Amino acid sequence: MIQLSENGYYGSFGGAYIPEMLYPNVKELQENYLSMIYADDFQREFYYLLKDYVGRPTPLYLAENLSAKHNATIYLKREDLCHTGAHKINNTIGQILLAKKLNKKRIIAETGAGQHGVATATVCARMGLECIIYMGAVDIKRQAPNVARMKMLGATVISATSGSQTLKDATNEAIRDWINNPVDTHYIIGSVVGPHPYPDLVARFQSVISEEMKSQLLEATGRENPDLIIACVGGGSNAAGAYYHYLNDLDVRLIAVEAAGEGVYSGKSAATSILGTEGIIHGSRTLLMQTTDGQIVEPHSISAGLDYPGIGPLHAHLITTGRAEAVSVTDENALKAAFELSRIEGIIPALETAHAIHALEDISFKSSDVIVINLSGRGDKDLNTYMEYLDKY
Amino acid sequence: MLNRLTKLFENNRENLLTVYFTAGYPKLDDTETIICSLDESGANIIEIGIPYSDPLADGPVIQESGMAAIDGGMTLQVLFNQLTDIRTKTQVPLILMGYFNQLLQYGVDKFLDDCVKTGIDGLIIPDLPLMEYEQFYKDKLTQRNISISFLITPQTEESRIHKVDALSTGFIYVVSDSSITGMKTGISSQQISYFERIKSLQLSTPQLIGFGISDRESYLTASKYANGAIIGSAFIKYLKDKNEVDKATADFINLILKP
Repeated sequence: MIQLSENGYYGSFGGAYIPEMLYPNVKELQENYLSMIYADDFQREFYYLLKDYVGRPTPLYLAENLSAKHNATIYLKREDLCHTGAHKINNTIGQILLAKKLNKKRIIAETGAGQHGVATATVCARMGLECIIYMGAVDIKRQAPNVARMKMLGATVISATSGSQTLKDATNEAIRDWINNPVDTHYIIGSVVGPHPYPDLVARFQSVISEEMKSQLLEATGRENPDLIIACVGGGSNAAGAYYHYLNDLDVRLIAVEAAGEGVYSGKSAATSILGTEGIIHGSRTLLMQTTDGQIVEPHSISAGLDYPGIGPLHAHLITTGRAEAVSVTDENALKAAFELSRIEGIIPALETAHAIHALEDISFKSSDVIVINLSGRGDKDLNTYMEYLDKY
Repeated sequence: MLNRLTKLFENNRENLLTVYFTAGYPKLDDTETIICSLDESGANIIEIGIPYSDPLADGPVIQESGMAAIDGGMTLQVLFNQLTDIRTKTQVPLILMGYFNQLLQYGVDKFLDDCVKTGIDGLIIPDLPLMEYEQFYKDKLTQRNISISFLITPQTEESRIHKVDALSTGFIYVVSDSSITGMKTGISSQQISYFERIKSLQLSTPQLIGFGISDRESYLTASKYANGAIIGSAFIKYLKDKNEVDKATADFINLILKP
């Protein structure tokens, strides 16, 4: 059984390694999150907003051309069709309702690709709360359309200029903001990372993905369970959501696709499950890329959303126990897959998601297998990058 | 059994000046020079920061000094090597401050043994949970006579303050304000009432006030409400671009201690 312990551990991963300055806020969440999010009125409002505002349920689409090419039955879970263009909003809707219950007036968030930043800015606009987004200076440059969207939605975007100036540093800056504003601020973490209860909280909000998959698959195929679920993993929120209701169904293979960057051993990679060792990042005990001296290593991926040196503690547990299989896909192969999906299915995926698509080439399966790929986001934000490669692919 | 830190608190409980510096900053080999100069100039306790890539409780000044130190080649092993002979030079209480991941990667037992070998008296590990310390590490520190100091903030509940008091064996690190290090200067009336509240609890562990202590005035004000104060970012800032670190260190301490 995969189950979270009382202190917030999946096996030996998780916990809350935080400075005292964060303790009251984190404890408040730990003590209240389950009772608050499972209250009837909360659930009613959450599902109402997911339906009428986000556009759920998202389709489970039988990708016939992709299926023919790879000789299996391949479904795409269309999270790219969510309002704001990715699965991220499932979590921000949940967390903004939680912030309201906790009487918080000010929202902060970190963002890598900008999808979580946009999803946070969106729900803040909808709920009338002040919104501050931390984003690495490097990511601000490579994800310009999302920066513009956040600003249009009324958010303040603050450039994280420390360290590698990407998602890790944006997360550091957001945590520091929370330390400096302990009373009125809620921190909407965008992935299944951070101190307990965040990994569990975010996984529960994202679990709507696999909840829908169960009934949609039953209708389409006559059984609830696919043979494989493939999802990309940076911190791992879309994967956590796609796996959630299948974690204990051992007949379902879970494939976690990480970013190999320019090659796993090139020195420019974000393949945490291979390159990482056990340690602590952002308040959580998990696998992370670090030196033998415990300094966190700067990762690399062409996709800003996978450019993170850790993985959520749930994924560290799933991978180290063999429940999930980790695959890594290079920048180049992700680009190839993005163009392929665009050309044969008419769907432009996010660069993050493109890694998951390419995994079809990297794993073995049977022609009778039913495969679900979580199509976590759409590629509008990546058009600048894609256009650079238009002649090549 | 007493160590240099706990012995200091037995003999002297007023105006204790604790100074933090980042090991390996400004230069890799400045560690011994800074420690000796701080001691000779009158600092009572020295807190040696182990540079870390992702110091969540610290502000930009300390993070940048840490990055510079890491780039300059500082590691925990290098630091312990630099401290091998420090006890032939000074008997000032020495504390190591670092993040828990650094200890985990070095090996907690090896780390504690090296602390004993080099004569480290105490530790501050801001992200080590109290419960985990109590369950796994308390006995290890006690056996080696190494003190530990936990933090409290204006938001820490009274029941937890008492828990911190019970578990801290060096001092209680009273975080002066809700902030990361090096962000604010000066002490507000709101902070004074928080200091008074802590003082009135009559805790059994000595208390030192840190964060936002940057000059003689804030040092003296904080010392009225605790056993002393901790200065960090202001000292790091002062050291920046100074060529003679021993003289710069003495000058800085003089600014704090001399009227």
